[in-house]
Amino acid sequence: MPTKFEVNGKPVSVNVEARTTLADCLRHHLRLTGTHVGCEHGVCGACTVIVDGDAVRSCLMLAAQAEGSKVVTVEGLSNDEALTPLQASFRRHHALQCGFCTPGMITTAHALLSEEPDCDADRVREVLSGNLCRCTGYISIVEAVLDARSAYKKPNGNA
Amino acid sequence: MKLPPLEYACPTSLSEAVALLAAGGGEARALAGGQSLMPMLAFRVVAPALLVDLRKLPELREIEISADGVRLGAMVRWRDIEDDERLTAAHPLLKAAVAHVAHYQIRNRGTVGGSIAHADPAAEMPGIAVTCDAEIAATGAAGQRTIRAADFFLSALTTALKHDEIITEIRLPAWPAKRRWGFREFARRRGDFAMAAAALFYDQDAAGKAINAHVGMIGVGDRPCRLPEVEALLNGRTIDEATIERAAEITSATVDAQEDIHASAAYRRSLAGTMVERALRSAAA
Repeated sequence: MPTKFEVNGKPVSVNVEARTTLADCLRHHLRLTGTHVGCEHGVCGACTVIVDGDAVRSCLMLAAQAEGSKVVTVEGLSNDEALTPLQASFRRHHALQCGFCTPGMITTAHALLSEEPDCDADRVREVLSGNLCRCTGYISIVEAVLDARSAYKKPNGNA
Repeated sequence: MKLPPLEYACPTSLSEAVALLAAGGGEARALAGGQSLMPMLAFRVVAPALLVDLRKLPELREIEISADGVRLGAMVRWRDIEDDERLTAAHPLLKAAVAHVAHYQIRNRGTVGGSIAHADPAAEMPGIAVTCDAEIAATGAAGQRTIRAADFFLSALTTALKHDEIITEIRLPAWPAKRRWGFREFARRRGDFAMAAAALFYDQDAAGKAINAHVGMIGVGDRPCRLPEVEALLNGRTIDEATIERAAEITSATVDAQEDIHASAAYRRSLAGTMVERALRSAAA
């Protein structure tokens, strides 16, 4: 079925089977393979993308349901080769090892910090509880997200 | 795995959505937030021929608070409940329970109507509906009807909803400002389904004794239930430490606990008592 939406600021038009998830549409039809598919049933969080400002699991959404929406994937967070402050913080804190969960961690943390730049460690842990990592033990990921908060605060100091 | 082949429709009116479900004759399913249905499709537990997406029915997204209570449109998301400051006073038990629902990303899409229709015995919203004597409004080919939560949940993943009916709203009776309440849930990891949870409230008479006690249990049997023996104990008593301990004992002795891969029935009975004990202690504090 023909479906139109926006990905990373650009309008896209795809023709997919109705059963196609947004995750598979992004990877197979739009070749945006930064979004990883781990469990395909909404448990691991690797496929997290941002739809109309909200972090969502793209394996638990049909591509057809994204009609008319603005979708942001991990590729859309940086518009050049440079790392975003959040990505740089992940690197600085060794917050990844194999990298499979990283796109979902980054998109989830980006959505969180965009809305709640003053969140505390407990809130970061709560939000990231929906993303599984089998390498790091999470401590370095939480530290990286906390360290990136300053980049999301408005210049006047208010959230 | 990948979803089974299916067709997709996105109607712009409730009557059109009902007509599509009716024409599907049991092979069509309503799609709300999809946070339970999509995994069911991925596991091929269900394989409907048609999904009827309710996302273009904005009238199902409203939260209305009045002297009659709280009306939650079926497409209200967990996130909407979290963000609605009015509910802290209008229904603190609902607000506390919803804080335990799933994870951040799922709370951005999952809906109250979807959770009620899915009827997972360990889900919070069906448990709150049963505990609070909620009414579930549904519209089908035969028109509208209202179903009491106590009559709605038949067993795990099985409800009184007919194949052509769509839940439109959940009505929670008004919440008195001085009502005492508690909610306690145990899950191994944050956001996971409850291994057991207790949702309860009571009012107090002029002498401070409990009246109108409602004690609900989630995640222990094949559907959420009330515990009438515990309610009978609480009514007319001061909720002191001795009463709380007795309530926990009666809970463990009377709940119909099931065994599954997560826990034995004996463990669940014990846990259920502990959850009621802790919820009561926080209610009485």
